[in-house]
Amino acid sequence: MTSIDSNELVLNMGPQHPSTHGVLRIVLKLDGERVKSTECVIGYLHRGVEKIAENRTYVQFAPYVDRMDYLAAVSNGLGYCLAVEKLMAAVAPPRAQAVRVILTELNRIASHLLWLGTHALDIGAITPLFYTLREREEVLKIFENYCGARLTTHAFRIGGLQYELYEGFEQQVNTFCDQFPGKIDEYEELLSGNRIWRERLRGVGVIDAATCKRYGVTGPMLRAAGVPWDLRKAQPYSGYEQYEFDVPTRTGGDTLDRYFVRLDEMRQSVRIVRQAVAKIPTGPIMAKIAKVIKPPVGEAYVSIEAPKGELGYFIVSDGTTHPYRLRVRPPSFVNLQALPHMAKGALVADVVAIIGTIDIVLGEVDR
Amino acid sequence: MAEEPKPAKAPVVMATVAWDGAIPELLREHLGGSVLDTLLYLDQPFAVLTLAAMLPALDLLHAEADFDYLVDITAVDYPKREPRFELIYIVYSHSRNERVRLKAQLPVDQNPLSAVPIFLGANWLEREVFDMFGIEFAGHPDLRRILMPEEWSGFPLRKDYGITQMDNRWVRNNLGIESGQ
Repeated sequence: MTSIDSNELVLNMGPQHPSTHGVLRIVLKLDGERVKSTECVIGYLHRGVEKIAENRTYVQFAPYVDRMDYLAAVSNGLGYCLAVEKLMAAVAPPRAQAVRVILTELNRIASHLLWLGTHALDIGAITPLFYTLREREEVLKIFENYCGARLTTHAFRIGGLQYELYEGFEQQVNTFCDQFPGKIDEYEELLSGNRIWRERLRGVGVIDAATCKRYGVTGPMLRAAGVPWDLRKAQPYSGYEQYEFDVPTRTGGDTLDRYFVRLDEMRQSVRIVRQAVAKIPTGPIMAKIAKVIKPPVGEAYVSIEAPKGELGYFIVSDGTTHPYRLRVRPPSFVNLQALPHMAKGALVADVVAIIGTIDIVLGEVDR
Repeated sequence: MAEEPKPAKAPVVMATVAWDGAIPELLREHLGGSVLDTLLYLDQPFAVLTLAAMLPALDLLHAEADFDYLVDITAVDYPKREPRFELIYIVYSHSRNERVRLKAQLPVDQNPLSAVPIFLGANWLEREVFDMFGIEFAGHPDLRRILMPEEWSGFPLRKDYGITQMDNRWVRNNLGIESGQ
């Protein structure tokens, strides 16, 4: 036991606290209003996804991945399908790949929109939430029309897609793409030029590129620190190499820069969706794969650029219908690890901003 | 596509091919016989090392080949094998755009060294491996359970841990019920 410092105040934040975005608990050690150290206590939402996987067939497990990062269920599904397809040496047909890209990018927009609304809410700006949820609704409607579900979509199947596109899909997506960039400008009008917003976020939760790499931080956090690393560019999958888009970066590595990076990413996603929807190839939507999915003995690690960073699946197959071991490499879990570094010396109110800017989903942190 | 022949009976071992190149050479040059194999499976390279060579290999790749990003640490339990566990590290190099897996066999009574001195991000990843498999990393700064409750007994991702199994004593004491089901 160390002796108790009378100047030190220990404050428990969460797990039932709205600004922790779920059931994150943070033990703050404070000197007045300054944060001396933070400790994350996680696991409140642990469901044992990896254990469940070992007791389900490959097909049965697919819906479970939607429930990790439930704000980006489509991305989770894509990563899982790609990983199993890799093990089986199968490739989804071009039409399926294009539809996958469209839905995954729309999902990135939906995920970033919810992040933006709640993050602004944490900071004290209530209005943006209503606008972002309004636009997110349009994306969710597309999901609903396509596969019947809005949140836990289970949109893809191993080997391709279950459903053909519905009538009017292209038009609905195009309408969204036409309107949405203007909406981003609206958010910018509300926030980017707002002096309170800028001064509230500038220089808060700074993390530089070298520290990001030491922690294994990926996604918008890494890009806001100046590293133009995006798996869609670095190791393209599902036909991303066909589309033109930029990897937005900033150099400050603070909360404001992460905000700008995510806004720019939404614009780039619109760009990708437009290109993809303009030339959806015709043809089958399902690869010719066996009815019973039994990958040969082996192992593979496949990762994608999820809205929050690198989402990886490491699967070990023993040649049966069940994965022998399935490991999920969650971006939120790894990114959250940098919180104590980012919050050191900050004010308590800044901790709220920093949690928001990491963009965690506890379903994925705890799995 | 030509008519596919009837699929042969699936092989019971991984159909790997040899992995040659700069990285395997670097590993062999510095670690010699500790590098048991360097292989490719589905175009993904991995090196099989002795347990003692794992940390030096990570250090080497980090320092000499710019593998600056530790993607993941995980383990696989093979209860019928000896040694029982397989420990897997995935590292990535931003400048090379290459991803490499390092694997080592781990007996149940041995403690691997912690990779935290090389990669800060190893901290939580190793805690999770400890939490799920009971593998203790020597020299880890703060080796506690991370996802399961701290007083929990048993390691859920071991193969001999049942899917509905739980720590009945913990559940009784903390939730006030006989069973969590």
